[in-house]
Order: sequence, then C-alpha cells, then structure tokens
Amino acid sequence: MRRILVGIKRVIDYNVRVRVRPDGSGVVTDGVKMSANPFDSIALEEALRLRERGEADEVVAVSVGPAEAQQQLRDALAMGADRAILVKSDAAIEPPAVARVLLKLVERESPRLVLLGKQAIDDDCNQTGQMLAALWDRPQATSASKIEIQGETARVTREVDAGLETIEVDLPAVCTTDLRLNEPRYIKLPDIMKAKKKPLDTIELASLGVDASPVLKVLKLEPPPQRQKGVIVKDAAALVAALKQKGLA
Amino acid sequence: MNRVLIVAEHLDGKLNAAVAKCVACAGAIPESEIAIAVLARDGAAVAGAAAAIAGVARVLLVKNPANEPALAAVLGPQVAKLAEGYGFVLGPSTTFGKDLMPRVAALLGAPQVSDIMAVESATRFRRPVYAANAIATVEAPAGRQIVATVRVASFQAAADGSGPAPIETPMLDVKLPQSTRFVSVSAARSDRPDLQTATRVVSGGRALGSAENFKIIQALADKLGAAIGASRAAVDAGYAPNELQVGQTGKIIAPELYVAVGISGAIQHLTGIKDARTIVAINKDAEAPIFEVADYGLVGDLFSLVPEIEKLL
Repeated sequence: MRRILVGIKRVIDYNVRVRVRPDGSGVVTDGVKMSANPFDSIALEEALRLRERGEADEVVAVSVGPAEAQQQLRDALAMGADRAILVKSDAAIEPPAVARVLLKLVERESPRLVLLGKQAIDDDCNQTGQMLAALWDRPQATSASKIEIQGETARVTREVDAGLETIEVDLPAVCTTDLRLNEPRYIKLPDIMKAKKKPLDTIELASLGVDASPVLKVLKLEPPPQRQKGVIVKDAAALVAALKQKGLA
Repeated sequence: MNRVLIVAEHLDGKLNAAVAKCVACAGAIPESEIAIAVLARDGAAVAGAAAAIAGVARVLLVKNPANEPALAAVLGPQVAKLAEGYGFVLGPSTTFGKDLMPRVAALLGAPQVSDIMAVESATRFRRPVYAANAIATVEAPAGRQIVATVRVASFQAAADGSGPAPIETPMLDVKLPQSTRFVSVSAARSDRPDLQTATRVVSGGRALGSAENFKIIQALADKLGAAIGASRAAVDAGYAPNELQVGQTGKIIAPELYVAVGISGAIQHLTGIKDARTIVAINKDAEAPIFEVADYGLVGDLFSLVPEIEKLL
C-alpha cells in the first residue's frame, strides 16, 4: 500500500484577528472559530491530487491535539482523506514532541510520503517536518511549491529566498507545503455525510510512550507594540516634501 | 561562559548579511563566546568575511564539495557534530536557516526557539507568534543546549572588528546522506539591493493589475535606489516572483523606508513590515488597513500618483 500521511493541526482560523488575553496568559479562544492550519489543508489537497494521479493508494490524515481536533479530521475526511488518526493530547505539545509522535505513526503506517504544512499559523514555529525527517533519518523538502513523484523519488520545487530551488529526494521523505503548491478544494455537503462513515481512530498520546512534556515555558504573551497612526498627505508633492525632510528621498 | 555557534549562510562565495545580525543576537546573550561555522565547497572568502565581524572568536571552516549548494540533510549532521560543547546553535530565520536548524535541533535532541527577536537572558527570549499579533516570552531550561533561529529584522548587523578571528579547519568524520540531491535554482539576478537587507523597499500589490503594470514599481524603486517587494496577492496573481513576497510566510523586513503601492494591508502582510522605520502607503481605498500603520498615506489612483512622485524625486 502506497500511503501518504498528512498532518492536520487545529488552529485559530486564518481570518480571526487574534487578541492577547489581558493577563498575558494566552490568546482569546472563547467563541473563536477554529480551523485546520491552512498550510495543512494545502498538504492534504496535494496528497489527494497525488492519489488521483495514481501516485498513492491511501491518504491518512493525522492530528495531534485535543478531542476537538476530531472536527478538523472530519473535515479532512470530507475533503477526501481515506481515514484519520487523532493522537489525543489535552496539554499543549511542542514541535519536537509532535515529531516524535509522528515518527511512531510513521513506524506503524510505513508511508512513502509525509506531507505537512511548513508552519502552523499559531506558533509560527516551522519545525515539525524537519524534525520528523531528522528523527526518521530521511530526506526533507520544505516550502514546496511543486511536487512530482517519479518512481521512487520525488522532485520538489521549493520557495527559497533566492527564488525557486528544485531538489530530488529518495522516498520515503517528508515534504512541507508552501502557499502556492495548490488551492485546496471546497468540501461538498454530500461528502460531509460520507465522511461520517470513514474511520477515525483515537489514540491516547500516553499510550505511544513518547515524552511530550513541554521543554520551553511560555512565560507570557503580550500584544505587539502598536505603530502610531500617521498622516494623510494631500498630494504627491506633499509626500515627496515630507520624505525629503526626513532624508528618505 | 556561553558558547554560541552560528551557522553561516552564503551564496556564490559571499557571506549573507543575515550572519552579522545573528552575531548581534549572539552578542546579546550574556558572557557569550561566538564561533561561526562555514560549511562550503571552498569557503575561504566566506570564512574571511565571517572572521572579520566584531565579536567573533573563531571561524570553523568545513570544506566539502557536498556542502554546496546547501542541503539541510547534508549540512545537518555536520552542524550537529560541530555543535558539541556549544550551549547555543543559531542560524538566520531565512529559508536557509528555517530548513536547516530544526533538523539540527532534532539531531541534537534540543528544543528550538524560532525567530528570536530579543534576548532577555541566557535562557529567556522573545519571539513573535500568531503572525506577530502576539509576542511570547519563552524560557528555556538552564544548562540545556538550545537551537534557535534569529529574526534578522530585529537586529542591527554587527560591524567588522579591528582584527580577524582565527579560522580553524576541523575534520569531521560524519557520514553524509546521498538521498537528497540538488537539481537547480532559478534566481533572478539583479543589480537591485537585496530585499531582505535593503534600506529602502517599494512593494506592489494586487491593485497593480498585471505583471506589465508592475513595472511602474520598478521605475519608482530605481529612482529611490530601493529593493522591490510584493504582497502575497500580487505574487499569487503572477505579477511578481515568489522571492519578492513580504509577509508572515514571505520575507520579514526592516527597511528605513517602505513604500506600499496598491497594497490593502492584510494582517499577514503587515507582519512583514512592522519594523520598517517609515511606511508610506498609496492606495485608492481610504479605508484600507495599510493606512492604520502608514506614517504617510496618499489616497488616490496609483497609476497617476506613482509616476508623479517619481518625477518629483
């Protein structure tokens, strides 16, 4: 079975304006819409396309998080994943521990490809995929904007600071997705009904024998310093005059 | 003594400007002693440039044809080997550092602090989360090795020092994987300043409407001696190449002057420009969020305003 494992993280929705709690203990989550990390939805879409192109037989969506993350896995099943696994963890879990959990699942599932978002839009860490690749001792291709599988290798175009880099990796490998890899499909109503019949297994994190206790302690969160609102200038000449006065033109 | 190892990013024999900013970050760690690792094919010029930076105690030059072009899977085990005895291993929060450092951290069994924007003590750091809508203060356990990436926009580059640091050439007995191979890179060569380190940047957004129209950004940038940037919308629409994207998932920049042309100012874009000294926004929509952060706003048609500004400069 040629399998693709896709990571799905439950995060505050992309469109929510995140606010820090007044006591600095975290961000406001009450009544806030939660969604799959957008980069993870791109990873899932790519997995589905690879399956549709005959490069994979099964797509397994995996989440490490609270029981509520079942919702994001149900969405993944509705999008087209064949089955899902929730590794249940009520406490916050850091990227190195997520990587160790994913490694356990990799050992069970033997995927030819693990597709993850390049970063989660909550902690913005950009670590998990690379860490999994290192622990698994397999290649990594991060920030992918194009993935082509040719036999036992994948040719991946990566978005890098200089432009676009193409590398070739032997499979199995870990690939993390950038924004322009694809545009995830919309979930259709009948698929939501069908998804209810697809298998969603829940595993207790503790049963995997992975030490998931946090190493870094978040002491506090603060809102960022606000920029002073500036002035509206009346025309191009006024703008240029202001810039010249500041020595910027 | 806090021993800090910085992994040098370099291309075509030139040290990336982000490295001197990593040195500044390392210098903010109390009682730090700073070494820079240069993994290269030849690397003499890069090592020389690294050794010249003030505050650098030594440069470790590892020559190997496999080290260029840089591949995280190849560099990772070498950096992990070099990191023995170092309390901190730093890299720039560029696509190079983002790719490599977590791999190093996992090999070392160390936690990673991503995007350090300020050092409060040898164990306490500040970093942005939620697209910089919140700043977290994180504490790492004392006495444990820490891997980190440095948010380069938050630090002023360390200057060159009075005399070069010694360059050592350690021999590494590390097995390098063959399972990751470089194929090609398509990079636009240009005479413009580098977006990440430019003092002036002119960026265009979706309102430009086409790749052809994006040229008016180039004309203004030429006049200002500025680098060119773009919003995600402009890159997605194909008006500008991906390497010009500024924002949460693109480049985080801190120029003296940032001119946003036809950019509405999504949160994810603002994340990339929060540290700019002066922000100018030109947009026909007076309600656009970009005006909330702009020092100077100009409301109107960019297609007439931009050429007008260019003539007045």
